[in-house]
Amino acid sequence: MSKKQNGSHRHDDVLVTDPDLPAVAVDAQQAEAEDRRWTPARIALWVGIALLGAIAWTMLAIVRGETVNAVWFVFAAVCTYLIAYRFYSKFIERNLLKPDDRRATPAEYKADGKDYAATDRRVLYGHHFAAIAGAGPLVGPVLAAQMGYLPGTLWIIIGVIFAGAVQDYLVMFFSMRRGGRSLGQMAREELGVIGGTAALIATLAIMIIIVAILALVVVNALGESPWGVFSVSMTIPIALFMGVYLRFLRPGRVTEVSLIGFALLLLAIIGGGWISETAWGVELFTLDRITIAWGIIIYGFIAAILPVWLLLAPRDYLSTFMKIGTIVMLAVAIVITRPEISVPAITPYATSGTGPVVAGTLFPFLFVTIACGALSGFHALIASGTTPKMIEKERQTRFIGYGGMLMESFVAIMALVAALSIDRGIYFAMNSSAAATGGTIEGAVAFVNGLGLTGVNLTQEALSTMASNVGEESIVSRTGGAPTLAVGIAQIMQGVFGGSGMMAFWYHFAIMFEALFILTAVDAGTRVARFMLQDSIGNFVPRFRDTSWRAGAWICTAIMVAGWGAILIMGVTDPLGGINTLFPLFGIANQLLAAIALAVCMAICAKKGLFRFLWIPALPLAFASVVTITASFQKIFSSTPAIGYWAQHTAFKNALAAGEESFGTATTVAAMEAVVRNTFIQGTLSIFFVVLAIIVILTAILATIRAYRHGGGKENEDAAVPSRTFAPAGLIASPAEKELEAQWAALEPGKRPARTGH
Amino acid sequence: MAVPQVLHRARDTMRELAWVFRGVMGENAYQTYLDHHERTHAGGLPMTEREFWRDKTDRQDANPEGRCC
Repeated sequence: MSKKQNGSHRHDDVLVTDPDLPAVAVDAQQAEAEDRRWTPARIALWVGIALLGAIAWTMLAIVRGETVNAVWFVFAAVCTYLIAYRFYSKFIERNLLKPDDRRATPAEYKADGKDYAATDRRVLYGHHFAAIAGAGPLVGPVLAAQMGYLPGTLWIIIGVIFAGAVQDYLVMFFSMRRGGRSLGQMAREELGVIGGTAALIATLAIMIIIVAILALVVVNALGESPWGVFSVSMTIPIALFMGVYLRFLRPGRVTEVSLIGFALLLLAIIGGGWISETAWGVELFTLDRITIAWGIIIYGFIAAILPVWLLLAPRDYLSTFMKIGTIVMLAVAIVITRPEISVPAITPYATSGTGPVVAGTLFPFLFVTIACGALSGFHALIASGTTPKMIEKERQTRFIGYGGMLMESFVAIMALVAALSIDRGIYFAMNSSAAATGGTIEGAVAFVNGLGLTGVNLTQEALSTMASNVGEESIVSRTGGAPTLAVGIAQIMQGVFGGSGMMAFWYHFAIMFEALFILTAVDAGTRVARFMLQDSIGNFVPRFRDTSWRAGAWICTAIMVAGWGAILIMGVTDPLGGINTLFPLFGIANQLLAAIALAVCMAICAKKGLFRFLWIPALPLAFASVVTITASFQKIFSSTPAIGYWAQHTAFKNALAAGEESFGTATTVAAMEAVVRNTFIQGTLSIFFVVLAIIVILTAILATIRAYRHGGGKENEDAAVPSRTFAPAGLIASPAEKELEAQWAALEPGKRPARTGH
Repeated sequence: MAVPQVLHRARDTMRELAWVFRGVMGENAYQTYLDHHERTHAGGLPMTEREFWRDKTDRQDANPEGRCC
């Protein structure tokens, strides 16, 4: 660990850069002048972007015809992102973070060519994006689509600008200034032992719940689907093959092996289609949800203790490859097919809170249902640690941190568009729990038509045709978001490639795509959580600190798997429908982690004495805190059983006490007892999360007030080291940056500190 | 601009894109390591390609990276 600098009164002129080298940073005044020089062409460009964005928002929010074209979502999002990136992130850079390219980044002063390695900004952008984007932004918007298209769209776009991207940018910057320290370490340093410990426990608990609910999404997508089970389980031998190939045959040929893996993956999807048409295939691969859940639990344990090279690393390559490819493909397909969307802007569920997909009113439940894509606390774990160790120049954090999150938000918008483009009747039939539809086509038609939605008239034929088009036995009550999104993607993609005959392929391609992310998140999450647990137990039993100690690793892995496995089984067997009751817990957990991360950032800003601009982290912190604490309180105290865990708990307990043998959607005494048990666990978890988060937020507020009284506080940044390299800050180099790049290129090779990878 | 020049530009752009893509996939990690090693001349001979990739996954074993939801 490097020396720490005390006090906030560091003078900039401490940094003396090598006079024999060209400048390592664009002159501050020159950069400022470049920013402020508004040429007519530039003005025209930004006026054009603003106008296009305004037209798109008008179409979405005000015109609201019978139908609205998906292309307006794309324009509204992209134009708003561009404006926010150019103006708001720049505002944060200039006033709050003040990056200094004369300072070396950890990738430079701690360079080891491995973990600490300066990486080209465009490469790192892709790298960081691949690490933060997963199944979250694909699932949340689908579930929130029941409230109409407008609330979700507004929250995804406004939320990312003022909350999600700000969090990622700030955490990344502060971690970079601290040699790439993790969020947990920063929390301990900035908030003290109590706040730090609470943050650590909360992070661990949140990882368990997130892994459990992601696994539940996969189980729901694969249940009773022989095609899906076959093709997704084939990813395991494919990954093992890739692992062996990279280890023994051709080490380092990552793109090559990913292409081979991708070809095998396509083969597995096509093969799944053949198998699902044979009698033996159906018999062998039709598994009920409980069996699949146990399969994932056993898989999760084995995957987390196997060496990384064998399974995790190759599957990660495959997942990155699929992620980038599919997202680009989907964006192109949406622009080409421009689907018409007939969902109303806002549905009555936004205010009544009685939606069948997820219960609760728009405030606060929209903001916890859509977590990733607008504000995701989980990103703070990626934005601290891995990425900051690879940043080449300080000013690049705006592009990578803020810009990377904007891209994830765009993924969420595309997922929302895909979910909105399918027929509303089918949407509700797929996303209402089996407890409501009975799991049958007749039940689903009766239930959906009974919801009294204007313009919705679901027929049995529509459901059975869609099921056979996507190659499934039935699509009724395929909750969890993934299957709905897969239908949406299939509908969009078949418009470009292959027509309706290809729909089944695209559906299973999309399922595969989501399952790959989730399974990677499951074993990576289990592994990270295992190390955190080992570290925590190590405080009491030092031997656990030794991560190469086999028994300790296995015990801690087993504890973590048991944790998420228990919640997964609970969700799968839940008589109330599982995902509908558990998903809010996922969102709440994720947003509470965001609140913790923002609280740490606020404390750091206060200690730097930046009180005038403290609102930049404080505003999203306040919002995230209010939303999650309100949502948690409703989950704990609400007297409406559909919303409050304890109200549900009490209702079922009283029914049991009264000797009733069925109650609500639970038809047996055993099911009623299961509800009592599940709601107890969910209610307890809610209380646990909210208490921990309140402790962290309070300690951060105290640290902020203390800093305010003293006009600042102790800074924990690493000492400034002068930089000896130069690289542009954004995607495209500015004229001044190009000039400097040319100077560096003209330097004789012996003198030039080579940039890596070229 | 003359046609050959446009073609040159297009080829350079494609190469750049392919390079960025390989970078995102993590393929250039060994080159990065070699560059670093050459620059610092630290500790004798660099690892061979095979040794490097083994070392890389072994390090991942000890320091897991999270993947997001």
